[in-house]
Amino acid sequence: MATVELRFSAQPEHVRTARLVAAAVARRAGVEEAVLDEVRLAVGEACSRAVGLHRSNGLTAPVRVVLIEEEKVFSIEVGDEVPGPAGGSSEPVPAMDAALDPDADGEDEMGLAVISGLVDDVSVTSGESGGTIRMRWPVAGVPDLP
Amino acid sequence: MDLSLSTRTVGDRTVVEVGGEIDVYTAPKLREQLVELVNDGSYHLVVDMERVDFLDSTGLGVLVGGLKRVRAHEGSLRLVCNQERILKIFRITGLTKVFPIHTSVDDAVQATD
Repeated sequence: MATVELRFSAQPEHVRTARLVAAAVARRAGVEEAVLDEVRLAVGEACSRAVGLHRSNGLTAPVRVVLIEEEKVFSIEVGDEVPGPAGGSSEPVPAMDAALDPDADGEDEMGLAVISGLVDDVSVTSGESGGTIRMRWPVAGVPDLP
Repeated sequence: MDLSLSTRTVGDRTVVEVGGEIDVYTAPKLREQLVELVNDGSYHLVVDMERVDFLDSTGLGVLVGGLKRVRAHEGSLRLVCNQERILKIFRITGLTKVFPIHTSVDDAVQATD
């Protein structure tokens, strides 16, 4: 069961909120303090990408962020509702190539490159109902007590 | 936290001091600023990122866009950054090979290579 589920309309201004919520839940789940910056950045990248996909495809549906706290792992799933390959290509191209290709709007590829550079355990899938980026981080033995 | 931007001229360089968070929401403001500077004839830019708290790939994209614009006028775009968490993003995307990154504004302003 999801520990926290967040749905927000595909507007850039809400991505910061998603970052803050994800970092807060990750901290509570026992993700190491040094890794929280990575969690914040990775979830921001995934949400920015989903927002971009929804907006460029004219979707009014919200972006979905699922934060799952388990015994030894903390997972984040960011889902978009853009079907097919556009919902999530699986092989991110190197960021520098994307950035320097004058014909490409390289931010989408660069976002995936940042995620795969930051997170060891990441998968990108896409299907008829949309794409999902799943990221997992190990959790320290004893969560912070209040 | 929102994005803050201020510019000043040092010799033939224009220093853009950026503070706060550069993300998918705020990056367009930075893009506008860089475009405006280039349109006004400032082709040698130094972007001071010492007060940036957060940078994502949208921000990287804007900086790369700025670099392309100044290069079209044989200009330069140098970054000032000492923050490890920001530098890490440039490293994992390979962009440390694309941008000259300096440890101080003085250093960036004087650089000619």
